[in-house]
Amino acid sequence: MIRTENITKTFGSNEVLKGITTEFYAGKPNLIIGSSGAGKTVLLKLLIGLFTPTSGKVFYGDTDLYALNPKELRVIRMKVGMLFQGNALFDSMTVGENIRFPMDMFTKMTAQEKRKRVDECLEMVNMEGINDRFPSEVSGGMQKRVGIARAMVLEPEYLFCDEPNSGLDPQTSILIDELICDLTNRNNITTVINTHDMNSVMGIGDNIILLKNGLIAWHGNKSQVLESDNQVLEDFIFASPFLRRLRADALKQRSNG
Amino acid sequence: MLLEKIFYSVGRYFLLLKSAVARPERFSMYYKETMRQMDAIGVGSVFIVILISVFIGMVTAVQFADQLGDSFVPSYYIGYIVRDITIIEMAPTITCLVLAGKVGSNLAAEIGGMRQKEHIDAMEIMGVNTAAYLIMPKIVAAVIVIPLLVAISAFISIIGGYIATVLPGTISHTEYVLGLRSFFVPRYVFMMFVKASVFAFLLTSVSCYLGYYVKGGSIELGQASTNAVVISNVLILLFDFIIALLLT
Ligand SMILES: Nc1ncnc2c1ncn2[C@@H]1O[C@H](COP(=O)(O)OP(=O)(O)OP(=O)(O)O)[C@@H](O)[C@H]1O
Ligand SMILES: [Mg+2]
Repeated sequence: MIRTENITKTFGSNEVLKGITTEFYAGKPNLIIGSSGAGKTVLLKLLIGLFTPTSGKVFYGDTDLYALNPKELRVIRMKVGMLFQGNALFDSMTVGENIRFPMDMFTKMTAQEKRKRVDECLEMVNMEGINDRFPSEVSGGMQKRVGIARAMVLEPEYLFCDEPNSGLDPQTSILIDELICDLTNRNNITTVINTHDMNSVMGIGDNIILLKNGLIAWHGNKSQVLESDNQVLEDFIFASPFLRRLRADALKQRSNG
Repeated sequence: MLLEKIFYSVGRYFLLLKSAVARPERFSMYYKETMRQMDAIGVGSVFIVILISVFIGMVTAVQFADQLGDSFVPSYYIGYIVRDITIIEMAPTITCLVLAGKVGSNLAAEIGGMRQKEHIDAMEIMGVNTAAYLIMPKIVAAVIVIPLLVAISAFISIIGGYIATVLPGTISHTEYVLGLRSFFVPRYVFMMFVKASVFAFLLTSVSCYLGYYVKGGSIELGQASTNAVVISNVLILLFDFIIALLLT
């Protein structure tokens, strides 16, 4: 479990986050949603200490993240997997080497075991057989999936995904969501996902926070989304007339029967 | 303001070096990376070092032969002067100035690119000590390989001097070799290696530092790479002077 206490972050005069207090639970996907520029990436990076907050605290269980020295921080980070918004695959290594890198660095596995694990991870994201290609030689969506494979390779306890399904076709996107959900449940991972994909919100949103103007504008789960009369949420989720109509129909049906 | 910036940079440079000195997560990974860097820095630079060294030797010899002219200084002194000048000054300094241009800009761009593309963040998240993994192997490789290159440079320069003076008949083979064997001071060779190691450390650490903290985009990356060369060059010449003061 990860808990934040009144996190604020200011860049120069730009107050991006103005006090975020929330919890991210183990064993279910926690979603951070919000429009572009709302501060989702910044919040995610604060959660793992890539940014330092202007004020506030982050707790991993009972451990205060920002009170750790670099060495202790690295110990926590070995339990963390992260998918970056821009993938951050090492471009002078092949896909296979990318996924193998954390194992090379932190485990004493034999070459054979590593190879097996790489294949397992690629299979998990439906990308078997691309081990020897370079990241620049596979499509954006494929890179994303390789990124997830790399994040998962050491079976993390904490998983952070920055827009795991942006730029993917709907089918693959749902596949990725299911995959992340599955792993989260199976390994009891604390998973935090940034997204503005409505399918994800309605599909896997067990714990959702909506960021707006640096604050949490709404907090709930997917079944509460439909019923909420929160204006910010409504504006954000039901932005298109099509979705608005769907929602109206759903609500009508519910009140009728 | 400028002074403040310099203090800030110098402080951050030493802090980075401090965190770069750490026990490797996995020795074999550091070893592999060190070998890769030795190959890139060493083998990749042999040709250019040989090329410039031939010319350094030739110019030094021709110039000195001309100055000697009809003076009473015996002409075998040419060999002696070429030997000492290349060992003390030319080989370490010019080689490292050239390497700052070749290796330094390359390192700054490599690390800076990794910073901008979030590769460094990605490694940090995995728990890698990026300061150590990205910088230590480069410094170690350079401090081992560059003194060797400098030794090669000194050797080739002396051959260059031979080519420029003995082949056209300015002096004879025997005179040049006699010069090479006269008044030899072993301490100068020691000095050459001290200079080479210090310069190697300076040019790699400064270049890595500039790459590691690069911000922005391709323009800043270009600037970092240029700054790596300029600052390394200035520091090399400054320390050339300091070492000369200390060791003579
Ligand atoms: N390194 C930085 N320096 C200065 N300002 C930053 C930095 N990173 C982000 N910001 C600012 O923080 C705000 C939030 O950015 P962030 O990247 O978190 O948005 P986001 O919610 O992830 O958007 P998107 O959905 O487009 O990815 C933006 O106004 C941005 O300008
Ligand atoms: Mg973002």
